[in-house]
Amino acid sequence: MSHAEDTGNRRDFLYVATASAGAVVTGAAVWPLVDQMNASADVAALASKDVDVSGIEVGTQLTTKWLGKPVFIRRRTAEEIEAARAVAVSDLVDTDARNANAASAADASDQNRTLDEAGEWLVMMGVCTHLGCVPLGNAGEFDGWFCPCHGSHYDTAGRIRKGPAPENLPVPVASFTSETVIKLG
Amino acid sequence: MSGIPHDHYEPKSGFAKWLDERLPIGGLIYNTLMIPTPKNLNWWWIWGIVLAFCLALQIVTGIVLVMHYVPHVDMAFASVEHIMRDVRGGHVLRYLHSNGASLFFIAVYIHIFRGLFYGSYKAPREITWIIGMLIYLAMMATGFLGYVLPWGQMSFWGATVITGFFGAIPGVGESIQAWLLGGPSVDQPTLNRFFSLHYLLPFVIAGLVIVHIWAFHTTGNNNPTGVEVRRGSKDEVKKDTVPFWPYFVIKDLFALVVILAIFALVIWTTPNYLGHPDNYIEANPLVTPAHIVPEWYYLPFYAILRAFTADVWAVQFASLVTGGIVTAKFFGVVAMFGAIFVMALAPWLDTSRVRSGRYRPAFRWWFYLLIIDFIVLTWCGSQPAEGAVPMISLIGSTYWFGYFLVILPLLGVFEKPLTPPATIEEDFDAHYPPKPAE
Repeated sequence: MSHAEDTGNRRDFLYVATASAGAVVTGAAVWPLVDQMNASADVAALASKDVDVSGIEVGTQLTTKWLGKPVFIRRRTAEEIEAARAVAVSDLVDTDARNANAASAADASDQNRTLDEAGEWLVMMGVCTHLGCVPLGNAGEFDGWFCPCHGSHYDTAGRIRKGPAPENLPVPVASFTSETVIKLG
Repeated sequence: MSGIPHDHYEPKSGFAKWLDERLPIGGLIYNTLMIPTPKNLNWWWIWGIVLAFCLALQIVTGIVLVMHYVPHVDMAFASVEHIMRDVRGGHVLRYLHSNGASLFFIAVYIHIFRGLFYGSYKAPREITWIIGMLIYLAMMATGFLGYVLPWGQMSFWGATVITGFFGAIPGVGESIQAWLLGGPSVDQPTLNRFFSLHYLLPFVIAGLVIVHIWAFHTTGNNNPTGVEVRRGSKDEVKKDTVPFWPYFVIKDLFALVVILAIFALVIWTTPNYLGHPDNYIEANPLVTPAHIVPEWYYLPFYAILRAFTADVWAVQFASLVTGGIVTAKFFGVVAMFGAIFVMALAPWLDTSRVRSGRYRPAFRWWFYLLIIDFIVLTWCGSQPAEGAVPMISLIGSTYWFGYFLVILPLLGVFEKPLTPPATIEEDFDAHYPPKPAE
């Protein structure tokens, strides 16, 4: 029998082949059960949305629902823009712009966060980067946004300044399609 | 079933013999009910029965509630109101189910701390302990999934925050979160699958409970002295134990009746005391409640989650060592699950040769401090994270880990324990001196 132990025999081969085939078949059977939990086709279909912003006065904010999440569209006052631009990037918790419309290396200076050059229009996901609550506007120690869940403070450019959240509020893909319409996605 | 020697089942009637040869279910029931049980068990040992009752209560009330509930984002909230107002006896059924969860957790916490004090987790009962921890985790998951179903504001935002834990995992977190939710945010697919899993998990728990009971029926119950039942002969066993039926069944049922009287009082007078008013507002994805709080039974671990913010040195160190992969958010999530994990490791962290806290003069003070710590953390979890709360949470979290990772291992080395009684009989006779000769 020592010969068989040294080199393996037909039975060993059958064990290994059966186990391998069993593992593959089990995996193939389980995968659909796991995969069905991923977003279905209708949910995954990346919808874009046109938002009419003609009614937004300076100093006010529109919250709209997109992809099941709130999006903040804020028309900032001169003071808010000034306050955000007065902050040095090195003082920020997160120095990344987190802006899907900007270059990936862009820093978190106020100019890299807004939709227009003048910095009047700020469009962001209204989802706290900590655990996903909706921050409140015109609130917090930096007069920007404040997340009531775990106390994250964002400034007037939606950048994280204090609290447990790790990142700035993300800016989604967005653009003006006309004077008064912003297209999300 | 192996274990403590005791009389075995003898089928008596003709039918019993006929059945026993085909399906030995009579023996199974007999051996389960007649297990020799240490006769010195005190009142802290009644919570197992309460837990078994709670599981049955939750399954029975749950099954009938499902007959009226609709798992759809547009109808879930209304269908729960329908149960509360229109279904015959519906409000009682729902209050039994929602408060039943609280009773379940009160019982499980007392049961766990009983085990921690009397050293029930120590060899040879490690498997019983680990299975118990798995049951506790499954209970937490079930409770969370169930709380989402009424589709109130706390349901929605609780689900958002809790699934956000998985989003904190570096790299793959967001894909896992989307997989759990079935989309980019909590929505219809989330509600539907949570409903499915909320129905499934109690039966998983029931299966684990059978294994839990099986395991301690093999090792025998622990008892307040931590001294093992003598197994030399059936006569020795009889000196240390009495059968579970009828002695402990009656005792446990008496305790259950008292507890259920208090439970009924809560149901009939303040059924919403442990709930949150915000959950009577329908879920709104655009508005977060001012103060999100989980159900009371998660609060200590919620406090641990929040304790580790970016300004804590341990978090900064972890972030530095991993090159920023471990953020404060991920650290908090790991700490929260770690708090339960270190409890599960107690059998190997406790180095003392004496099992019961009754004979460990130093251990007991650290244990009482752990109870206080648990209560303080519960309070911290219920408060907004401001003022002194973050610091108290951090101290409380540190003690929790310190107790399991430092104090338990060291006490076994430095503590000089008292001598436990030689036998359970000795302990019992000291409390209830045997009557002079009859």
